[in-house]
Amino acid sequence: MSNNFIDFVFKFFTDLRDNSISLVYDGEINHNVIRAFTELTNNELELKDESNPIKKKVFNVMVESLQNISKHAERIDYDKQKYGRGIILISENNNYYNVTTGNIIKKENKKNISENIDVVNSKNKEELRELFKTRLSTGRLSEKGGAGLGFIDIAKKSGNSLEYHFEKIDDEYYFFILNSQISKISNHGKN
Amino acid sequence: MEKINIKETDTTPVVILDKENGVFRFEGKTLPENVAFFYQPIIDWFNEYIKDPNPETILVLKLEYINTASSKALFSLFIKLEEIIAKGLDVKIKWYYADDDEDMKDVGEEYEDVIKLPFEHIEFEAED
Repeated sequence: MSNNFIDFVFKFFTDLRDNSISLVYDGEINHNVIRAFTELTNNELELKDESNPIKKKVFNVMVESLQNISKHAERIDYDKQKYGRGIILISENNNYYNVTTGNIIKKENKKNISENIDVVNSKNKEELRELFKTRLSTGRLSEKGGAGLGFIDIAKKSGNSLEYHFEKIDDEYYFFILNSQISKISNHGKN
Repeated sequence: MEKINIKETDTTPVVILDKENGVFRFEGKTLPENVAFFYQPIIDWFNEYIKDPNPETILVLKLEYINTASSKALFSLFIKLEEIIAKGLDVKIKWYYADDDEDMKDVGEEYEDVIKLPFEHIEFEAED
């Protein structure tokens, strides 16, 4: 091993520790990956004696965020893959568990995604429930099965606004980062 | 009618559909890899069932987790059951939720708001 590589590995390890990052992954997001990560995270939370409602919320947000990637991520250079590729990071601080995902999207989808999230972020808990009901009963299942409910569900369950950012890759593609925070103290939704 | 008896997995619920014994039950988690693949046979079964339904149909849902794609599939199923009501027969949804699961309680209420079927919301004690 080169010294550079050893430095990298050790720095990676201390960075993960310092930021309380319990899971980090970059690769194909498929059904089995989702199952494995939700199980792993659930076990970690159980070791911390986290409450059932919080465990469920983290599970919920992880599933929706990851399914989002598995269905919608663009696969530049990975055309042979059936599933989307992306990163996931699970971390915590004193007040929150963070579920952070990142995936590549086409420039033309950027506006649609940000508008969708902005609408969700502008709603209080009661309004989110109304929006969920409307989309549930009128939106047809899209070809990929999402029906635009994912972001609403994440906001409802996490009780917090969704943070997002687009990092430009080139003229055609952006890297979409989504961060969902789950409060450690159950406040039963966003007020 | 043929019975449906699907065993539980970590991403799909137990499903029992038994016209003869009047048992219609979903229990567990629903986040299948392919929602259409899992729910289509169930929707097909109900399409047959509504042609000649029992005088009373009580659908029991005791779900721990529903992903958004599954929530759409369940909505389609409830819409089917509305057709039985239109025939003048009884349908009821029994919606179970753990006493520590406010989110699942909310989901039941949200369905009740958008579906024209009577709901009974039943709280049970969470295991642990």
